[in-house]
Amino acid sequence: MAQTEAELLDNPVAGRPTLILRSPDFHSITEVVAGPVERPAPLGWWLCFIPSLALLGLLGVAVSWLFWEGIGIWGLNVPVGWAWDITNFVFWVGIGHAGTLISAILFLFRQKWRTSINRAAEAMTIFAVICAMTFPGIHVGRVWVAYWMFPIPNQMDMWPNFRSPLLWDVFAVSVYGTVSALFWYVGLIPDLAMMRDRAKTRTRKLVYGIFALGWRGSVRQWHHYETAYLLLAALATPLVLSVHSVVSMDFAVSVVPGWHTTVFPPYFVAGAIFSGFAMVLTLMVICRKAFGLEQIITLRHFDLMAKIMLVTGTMVGYAYATEFFTAWYSGNPYEMFTFLNRALGPYAWAYWTMVTCNVISPQLFWFKRARTSIPILFALSIVINIGMWFERFVIIVTSLHRDFLPSAWDYFTPTMWDVACLLGSFGLFFTLFCLFVRFLPMVATAEVKTVLPQADPHWPAGPERETMDGRAALRARGASAPAPEGAP
Amino acid sequence: MPFDSLRSLRAMPLLVNQLPTGPYYGALAEFATPADLYHACERVRDAGFTRWDAHTPFPVHGLEGAMGLRRSPLPWIVLGLGLLGAALGFLLQWWVHTAAYPLVISGKPYNAWPAFIPITFEVGVLFAALGAVLGMLGLNRLPMHHHPLFRSRIFERVTDDAFFISIESWDPRFDPSATPKLLESLGARRVELLES
Repeated sequence: MAQTEAELLDNPVAGRPTLILRSPDFHSITEVVAGPVERPAPLGWWLCFIPSLALLGLLGVAVSWLFWEGIGIWGLNVPVGWAWDITNFVFWVGIGHAGTLISAILFLFRQKWRTSINRAAEAMTIFAVICAMTFPGIHVGRVWVAYWMFPIPNQMDMWPNFRSPLLWDVFAVSVYGTVSALFWYVGLIPDLAMMRDRAKTRTRKLVYGIFALGWRGSVRQWHHYETAYLLLAALATPLVLSVHSVVSMDFAVSVVPGWHTTVFPPYFVAGAIFSGFAMVLTLMVICRKAFGLEQIITLRHFDLMAKIMLVTGTMVGYAYATEFFTAWYSGNPYEMFTFLNRALGPYAWAYWTMVTCNVISPQLFWFKRARTSIPILFALSIVINIGMWFERFVIIVTSLHRDFLPSAWDYFTPTMWDVACLLGSFGLFFTLFCLFVRFLPMVATAEVKTVLPQADPHWPAGPERETMDGRAALRARGASAPAPEGAP
Repeated sequence: MPFDSLRSLRAMPLLVNQLPTGPYYGALAEFATPADLYHACERVRDAGFTRWDAHTPFPVHGLEGAMGLRRSPLPWIVLGLGLLGAALGFLLQWWVHTAAYPLVISGKPYNAWPAFIPITFEVGVLFAALGAVLGMLGLNRLPMHHHPLFRSRIFERVTDDAFFISIESWDPRFDPSATPKLLESLGARRVELLES
């Protein structure tokens, strides 16, 4: 009897289903992953790539005009000195965090399901960090002195202030980008060697060969390689937690009501993972369909990701409530005003958009039907990212627009150049992602092969129920589920 | 026999630092499954070979034991570089704020060390990560774009679905006729003698 994937997820009696469907052999994994990179680009790829490239062009225009004219082309002004620029920065850094969570933290926790999605999620991290770094770079106005952020004495013999969270941020984000790229590249080496060994043309063999560094898959090499991978995961785990904590300190260390909050570091990290998983989901739903990876990226993966989003989304909701409680409990009238103004003031529409998208909508993931329905997952992943963008907007703009002096109060409205920079950053992100899926294997084949049952050198000594075929065989024989050990 | 393999374990070099000279690079045997390779590795190890390696498309767990490899020294490299990075990161901040450009900020002492913690940590992680990657490449002798194994046609499947053992000719126990026979007897699907 043909069972749907969702039904297989629902059958705990017959043992755990395998992570990869239809029990493939090693070679078919290679084919499924390397095939799309070797065939000519499908029409769908061009349909994604060309609009992305057009949006990247828009970013180029917007940034050029910004450099020429100054940040006055944006809608920000006293008292809202930070608006969409820093909102976009925090949004993109946050997106990156899910990639590191999947590649490092889930690796340390031995969550083998991560192998199907970690490569694409890590690529997403790097591209998101690139988008993020654009904004602090361009928002300084005088980009030609952006090097003042670096720890070098400049022509005025002046050093940056290492006690400022803004400088911590420069270090945290650039180290994060570097370490993510290293981790991603190390993971890519065996797969680049695979592309080299399959290459039909000389150019491909040369290019993939150079980047594969002469990898021979020798056990002596794997031995050091696996140690290096484990160490990088162990380093990336505290690093990723530090990055969004430091980003949150850009706000929390200031004395602005609405920003000066000790809950910010954990709250920002939870939100980052939440939005990042939503972005992974958006990308994976599309790529899985476009490149025929249904066998490798299964509904079970989506189910697990939806559970993580439910947890982190609810944590974010808890943090929203904590902020209100703390404002009330502080007895500080400025603090209380800021939060009442946030929920009921001129930006109430943004606040309630945020709450609806981030706290209410993920509650649907309590239901298995929602966690295993592609249309619901896809729609919610976009809703959540809209919500998470609004979260940063709400934190930044509502805290600033009514400051201590009522005569300075203002209402921030974006200009077309604000919009162009935001849309353009999506262009940058999707252009890079399109190029990634076109030229590099988007699934870590060497890792996926390790989760196949036959990768174990002691296979097939294990019980039959370990594989999906084994389960089918059991059913065919009319046997019920294997008796639990120790049963009479 | 057990003493033999112990002695070979101790004699095993950390790095293969040169390629063998002579007419042959060595013998290359292809196996069909990780299980076949695993058992063959145990037998090659117990036969006392030292200049040999196994090649797999993905890390096969337990194979290091079946080959008798020692733990990788990489964690010590990473620890050393991580501590060095953290120390340099702290020294930079301390020197800038106490000697190069002392400024009173918020009435705090020049050496306001708690404020230096985030950057100390980040620079430590950066050095440690670079140490992990460069150390791994160094221990693995990579990049090495030319290697006699790449001349073998069957070796192209090493990144796909085939499993190999290569025994190099400078191993004291290597013999151009007996070694391929031994590999065949261990269940190899194909055996090749590679020229230097």
